[in-house]
Amino acid sequence: MMQLRKITTTLMATLREIFDESAYVRFLSRNQISSSSRAYAAFLREQENAKARRPKCC
Amino acid sequence: MARKFVLDATKKTAMKKFIQTLTWFGVAVLGALALGTIALHRGEQINAMWLVVAAFCAYALGYRFYSRFISAKVLALDARRATPAERLEDGRDFVPTNKWVLFGHHFAAIAGPGPLVGPVLAAQFGYLPGTLWILIGAVFGGCVQDFVILLFSVRRDGKSLTEMAREEIGIVGGFVAYAAVISIIVILLGAGALIVVNALKASPWGVFTIAMTIPIAVFMGFYLRHLRPGKVLEVSFLGFIFVMLAIWGGQWVSQTPAVAPWFTLTAPTLAVIIIIYGFAASALPVWLLLAPRDYLSTFVKLGTIGLLALGIVALHPTLQMPPLTRFVDGSGPIFAGKIFPFAFITIACGAISGFHSLISSGTTPKLIRRELETRIVGYGAMMCESMVAILATIAACVLSPGTYFAINSPAGIVGQSPEAATATISGWGFPVTAAGMHALAQAVGEQTLFNRTGGAPAFAVGMAHIFSSSLGGPAVMAIWYHFAIMFEALFILTVLDAGTRVGRFMVQDALSHVWKPLGRTGWYPSILATSALIVAAWGSFLWQGVKDPLGGINSLWPLFGICNQLLATVALCVATTIIVKMGKAKYSPVTLAPLVWLVAVTFTASWHKVFDPNPRIGFLAHARQLAASAAPSHEISRLIFNDRLDAAVAGALVCMVALILLESISLWVSVISGRMQVRVREAPFVATRFATEEQG
Repeated sequence: MMQLRKITTTLMATLREIFDESAYVRFLSRNQISSSSRAYAAFLREQENAKARRPKCC
Repeated sequence: MARKFVLDATKKTAMKKFIQTLTWFGVAVLGALALGTIALHRGEQINAMWLVVAAFCAYALGYRFYSRFISAKVLALDARRATPAERLEDGRDFVPTNKWVLFGHHFAAIAGPGPLVGPVLAAQFGYLPGTLWILIGAVFGGCVQDFVILLFSVRRDGKSLTEMAREEIGIVGGFVAYAAVISIIVILLGAGALIVVNALKASPWGVFTIAMTIPIAVFMGFYLRHLRPGKVLEVSFLGFIFVMLAIWGGQWVSQTPAVAPWFTLTAPTLAVIIIIYGFAASALPVWLLLAPRDYLSTFVKLGTIGLLALGIVALHPTLQMPPLTRFVDGSGPIFAGKIFPFAFITIACGAISGFHSLISSGTTPKLIRRELETRIVGYGAMMCESMVAILATIAACVLSPGTYFAINSPAGIVGQSPEAATATISGWGFPVTAAGMHALAQAVGEQTLFNRTGGAPAFAVGMAHIFSSSLGGPAVMAIWYHFAIMFEALFILTVLDAGTRVGRFMVQDALSHVWKPLGRTGWYPSILATSALIVAAWGSFLWQGVKDPLGGINSLWPLFGICNQLLATVALCVATTIIVKMGKAKYSPVTLAPLVWLVAVTFTASWHKVFDPNPRIGFLAHARQLAASAAPSHEISRLIFNDRLDAAVAGALVCMVALILLESISLWVSVISGRMQVRVREAPFVATRFATEEQG
């Protein structure tokens, strides 16, 4: 049961990392702000340069 | 008492070691048995599970023994050394990340459409050449490349491949790496877009479904920005439901005579639409289209790959394709050329892909928590990618060979009408009937499946065949087929979005050296001009493929394969140079052996593609044939120009890679002979705090 819970937790953490949810949480914590439309827009601006320069593999 | 305890402990250790040895011996025997079955069975069909078992055993042995040897002897991974994620942690680019989380992240980044398309095309030789190359190439080439480049980037504060090439080899190395990257992006986008065009032409169901993903992505963008900021998983799930509804709606569209014609498009029309779309995606804000589409594509990609793996293991279908076909002689209808070198450039991503070195020296090295974890992330994630290629091989080979060739062969080879095509293919010894193909097309909701070159439709039919054997039966085969088409097209269009934008940034970076304002990523005149430049570059390759009577894939996919493997050559040159500079020249064959192989493959393939006298292989021979056989016209002149352009691109790339190779060899000789002072440009050693935390 413990193993299953650990696997599920890791899987969810992986998905949050892949889908940038963790990056957004880190952004909020780094800037000490709470989630809002404006905060997410600022996060996207910060991400835009990095994400748009990242090639998608073939 | 104490002596008895020590003796018991020694016995337990010896027993544990014996069991481990026995287990690995068992894995080796099972792997050998599976490989023997795959390689030696002639004249009777084999079960797909043999491929799966052989792959699992090869990866397990490769990871346990070969990657361990590389970790210990060649790279000397240091558990005490802090990674840039720890030293430069900023919560943004440098973040120490759990190894399994990073494994998933890295796999999601390297897994693209390549390992699905290449193996399907290479199945024209039979299942054996592709399978062996995928397994051997991955264990000794692709996994090694991804692993060593990742580690070397980690030890250089997450530097990119082009930066490492410039610093470790020289200015030529840096320039060639840059040129190879931009060429591969342009040709990949042209070939990818052509695959989408061939999958969607005359398919109202497919066109409707894919068209709907644009408003779905825009909805997701607004949802994320204004309704539920940051809830990406939630909106991706919603987006997935909408896409499933779009697939269901596509069936209604295709069956409604008043609506179907709007979505029934020819290849040239689709090409124009995709070119306009690529330009818009490059110029629009990232949050509006690119980012949500990327999330949606990743969501569908991970789910579908998992589903396909489960489907194959649960249903363990029989392979209909023989191990070797008559086309090993180079006369294949899908692409011309013999197994060597063409099988090895057709399958790149599942065996070894230069593109991966960009990911291994991109985001991942900035997230690695411990140096030891580069092994599971670099070597391990590539094993999973290779497994995806094995699944694609299975999906193609469960089809009857006649059906496979009818779908994948261009009209220019097998004939325009169904009767002519089936007669030609049956004449090759692969029986197929026009009525059977018509029934199959009806079953998957298409008007025809003939001449659907590019690999995507054949993969989709194979996948639908596997799924419909258990989930829903033949009644839902059409849904599964269009699900697979949607999945591949979405995948490729996401690569197109991101690739166009990345290419645009690279051009802007380069042009900024000429005139500074051109490098400003927020200045619209520059954005529009550079987007147009990149779109025109891949758009011309797409247009060339659409107008090519041989279906385009025959020339574009090998060109893409050559580019990709040349980039791998650059990556392996960088890796070998660093190993030599580390004073470990005796271990350099670890990267030198795949490098020598790739040089042999890519240089031979390029030679054939440029100079081969067979017009189906050599670009120049084809141009000569066109010039001699047809009355001059605008169309013929353009085809001749395209052939010469393809020849020039292949030739230029080979010359550039030859330069980096010569520069590297000269460096190795200087270092080994002691004529040169060695300077390895690693970041200085800093002890990690994680080691003491773990001990505490």
